[in-house]
Amino acid sequence: MATDHVPTPPPLHDLPTAKEKRYDRQLRLWGASGQVALEEAHILLINNGSGVTGIEALKNLVLPGVGEFSILDSAIVGEEDLGVNFFLEDESLGKFRAEETVRLLEELNPDVKGHAITEPLESFIQKDGNLKPFTLLLVAAPIDYASLRKIRDLALASQTPLFYTHCIGFFSHFSVQLPPAFPVVDTHPDPTATQDLRLLKPWPELQDFAKRMSDGLETMAQHDLGHIPYVCLLLHYIEKFRSQHGKLPESYKDKTAVRDMVRAEGKDEENFEEAYAAVLKSLTPPTIPSAVRDVLSAPETQNLTSVSSSFWMIANAIQQFVTKYSVLPLPGAVPDMKARSNDYITLQQIYKTKARADCAEVTASVRSLAKSTNRSTKLEIPANEIENFCKNAAHIHLVRGRPLQLITPGEKPSFGDRAKALRSELTNPESLIGLYLAFLAFDDFTATHIPPVPAHPSSPSGVLVPGASDSTLEADTAKLTATAHTYLDALIDESGNRLEDPEYSDLKAEIEKYCTEIARAGGAELHNMASLTGGLVSQEIIKVVTGQYVGVDNVCLVEGVASRMGTLKV
Amino acid sequence: MAAVMAPNAPVMNGHGSGRAKWKHLDTLLSRPGAYTDPEAFVPGEVPIASLDNARILVIGAGGLGCEILKNLALSGFKNIDVIDMDTIDVSNLNRQFLFRAKDVGNAKATVAAEFVMKRVPGCQITPYVGKIQDKDEDYYMQFNVVICGLDSIEARRWINATLVGMVDMDNPDSLKPLIDGGTEGFKGQSRVILPTMTSCIECQLDMHAPRAAVPLCTLATIPRQPQHCIEWAHIIKWEEERKDIVLDTDDPAHITWLYEKALGRAKEFNIEGVTYSMTQGVVKNIIPAIASTNAIIAASCCNEAFKLVTSAAPCIGMPGTNNYMQYTGDAGVYTFTFEAERKEDCPVCGNLPKDLSIDPEQTLEALVESLAERPESQLKKPNVSTGQKSLYYSSPASLEEQTRPNLKRKLKELLDDGEEMAVTDPAFAIAFRYKVRFR
Ligand SMILES: [Zn+2]
Repeated sequence: MATDHVPTPPPLHDLPTAKEKRYDRQLRLWGASGQVALEEAHILLINNGSGVTGIEALKNLVLPGVGEFSILDSAIVGEEDLGVNFFLEDESLGKFRAEETVRLLEELNPDVKGHAITEPLESFIQKDGNLKPFTLLLVAAPIDYASLRKIRDLALASQTPLFYTHCIGFFSHFSVQLPPAFPVVDTHPDPTATQDLRLLKPWPELQDFAKRMSDGLETMAQHDLGHIPYVCLLLHYIEKFRSQHGKLPESYKDKTAVRDMVRAEGKDEENFEEAYAAVLKSLTPPTIPSAVRDVLSAPETQNLTSVSSSFWMIANAIQQFVTKYSVLPLPGAVPDMKARSNDYITLQQIYKTKARADCAEVTASVRSLAKSTNRSTKLEIPANEIENFCKNAAHIHLVRGRPLQLITPGEKPSFGDRAKALRSELTNPESLIGLYLAFLAFDDFTATHIPPVPAHPSSPSGVLVPGASDSTLEADTAKLTATAHTYLDALIDESGNRLEDPEYSDLKAEIEKYCTEIARAGGAELHNMASLTGGLVSQEIIKVVTGQYVGVDNVCLVEGVASRMGTLKV
Repeated sequence: MAAVMAPNAPVMNGHGSGRAKWKHLDTLLSRPGAYTDPEAFVPGEVPIASLDNARILVIGAGGLGCEILKNLALSGFKNIDVIDMDTIDVSNLNRQFLFRAKDVGNAKATVAAEFVMKRVPGCQITPYVGKIQDKDEDYYMQFNVVICGLDSIEARRWINATLVGMVDMDNPDSLKPLIDGGTEGFKGQSRVILPTMTSCIECQLDMHAPRAAVPLCTLATIPRQPQHCIEWAHIIKWEEERKDIVLDTDDPAHITWLYEKALGRAKEFNIEGVTYSMTQGVVKNIIPAIASTNAIIAASCCNEAFKLVTSAAPCIGMPGTNNYMQYTGDAGVYTFTFEAERKEDCPVCGNLPKDLSIDPEQTLEALVESLAERPESQLKKPNVSTGQKSLYYSSPASLEEQTRPNLKRKLKELLDDGEEMAVTDPAFAIAFRYKVRFR
């Protein structure tokens, strides 16, 4: 035993709590702020049909600790539920499916509260304010058409995020309806994409440091030479290039010239290797991505009110910063590089200090905007939120949420301002747009077919799905295919851009296959596909609820035969 | 076309019981589909019997394994075995949904098997608590499909090499399809391997390159990042001060010790950001893991197993077709499904030695170290030999001692240009053949 080492220092303050231990693997992704947001959410699942996808999605939300969830489902557990839904057991037979699934989901996490609502959907949504407690709605097809329309409109009015999902046989789909402005600051971009070193636009402190580090480089001892941070090396060679050519190395040719200079003096040192590898990506003038420009020029940024959200307030302040300096605030992060500890820390400090100064300037603008817009002190924007925005400014993301596309039963759908873009999907062999049209046709089918006999208590809520019985399988397949083909033609017509053969015939054949498979399943979910789709839906719900990461905007399709997934914007 | 059964009718499959519970599954299995091959898929009793009779081995009962067991049970599989050597930790509970707080400390394989069997009566799951290396070829020969949900690349390589080695061209049953899933945060992959027929895990090894290690001299003399301070405490300081104690990264007292040492070093060098959580992350090489990604990847693997066994739709992985699905979920939802190609010089399934370009002036020691780092080899304890002589053996100790002097010798003294060199590693059951090429 080692007895001679220094006595143990006083107890540490940041030992993990029980909760941090349980959630350790996810906190490493969305952090404490994401976790708080998740714990404040209350998700409503409006469950229909065999209803496994929604339950699987909830499983993946209960486990990481969503605040509350509710399941609206008036079905009674039938035997066929037991072979596909993991959150039911033999004893659940004959009981309300909502109550049983809530009970078994709650077991997954003692911190999560679940509620069952067994009132029929049709009456539940007629009551004003019944959807109010929920922060997000998840609706599973097949659903009564009028109810879906009503839910969509309520969600639009209250700006409550809405997910709508199908899972039939080997195929599935979900659509996302977000508010008209849904900003994301923590997009978690790839770390290699976030480097902003400002090498072509250095500020005096950085220039001085680089000069000091690379002073006498040509005659430096090998050991010292090998420890010059590559950032300083690059600044040195940029300066050398400028004195030779009278301009900054901005073109590809110029950059390769700088790279050759690095190589010429490289002498196999690791830092020269790093500099060499960084030339092409680091010698770029700081630009403002078009997505960020869109945010800065958005009407919400331009027309602030006393109750504008903090996002728009900070965006306006950043816009002022950009007007003044033509660059975004410096993020301030420096990648690791071969260097002596002291030199690296000094370099890091130079970047941090500049980032802090930029942020202070933005913060001052935010504070003065608060005054000029008569913002209540209760709505004061926390300093760390401004700091976070400044750090992520080049990667902020704004979703302009669009209403869920609903068909009108028996009529041609309209694709509006997306018709042209969707038309171009038709010639993209990777696109799953044909499958999307098949699901739209499925909704038309359920909206235009009335079940022949009063529904069994456990059968889908009064909705008849294609392929429900063998006797109508062939006719249903033909009907579904014909509708989907009509939708294809409607899209082509609306885009005003004809689709020639063989593409047109190939696409029709592909759509027929999708429709054949959908009818084959007769509304049945395969557990694997439900679990996969539930995984995707829960992932996207977590993004929406935490306000982190870039989400699907606004349709996702899963093709389980070829094992492919894809997204569309409708 | 065979008679199509009414979806509500009980299917007589010799078990005598009705199949009302499997209505959803049976509806699909009782009808031909748009992609089914009429030769391979006879709707009705045949695919149902295939599910009844198939025996599936699941390797891993962790994040992916829990999902895989649930998915297989609800896909109608009846005979499943599961292997896992681990016990349940509290940090598993955010995604390994078959475990509860009361199960912490118990064996994953046993708890998972019992839970699924209770929830899905009629499904037999046999757990084995231990290592896959404990089992021999006779054991693996019993299964129709092997599904891996592992976080260890070494275990994957071992089972891959074992299954490739088992293939006997005269016995079609000796070919065991291997379905492999893996996740990291919002990303993952699922792949189907037909040993010796399609690209194997070893062929694809360079797609999973190990993270570059921080040079020891950085840790020892010029730390710059909080991680450097932690690695210093982990690799250098522990050896110096506590080498008599085996480091247990699951022991909070040990992590705390490393944390304090790292904190002290960080202070000395003015480095910010060392936390307990980061210490744990670096020392245990923690990979973020969430329920949603596990669900996606596990379901993709089981969907392929279901298609493979029932022929209800074509599965990926057949020779000449896509066999690998790469999934990315942190920016939208994106998959790239492609055909990973077999490599003729794959040390496991290929016939040719792999070319190895080396500098003849280098020492054998440098070569041995590089075998651990090269994305396509990743051999941590290599034993190196040629047709004539043993160049270096990492173990056993007596051989190590005997061959150690060679480490300092230059490669040109030990090898000839174009000579074949064999590398083995106690972690894997096969020899890696290399053809030496002097630079
Ligand atoms: Zn191979």
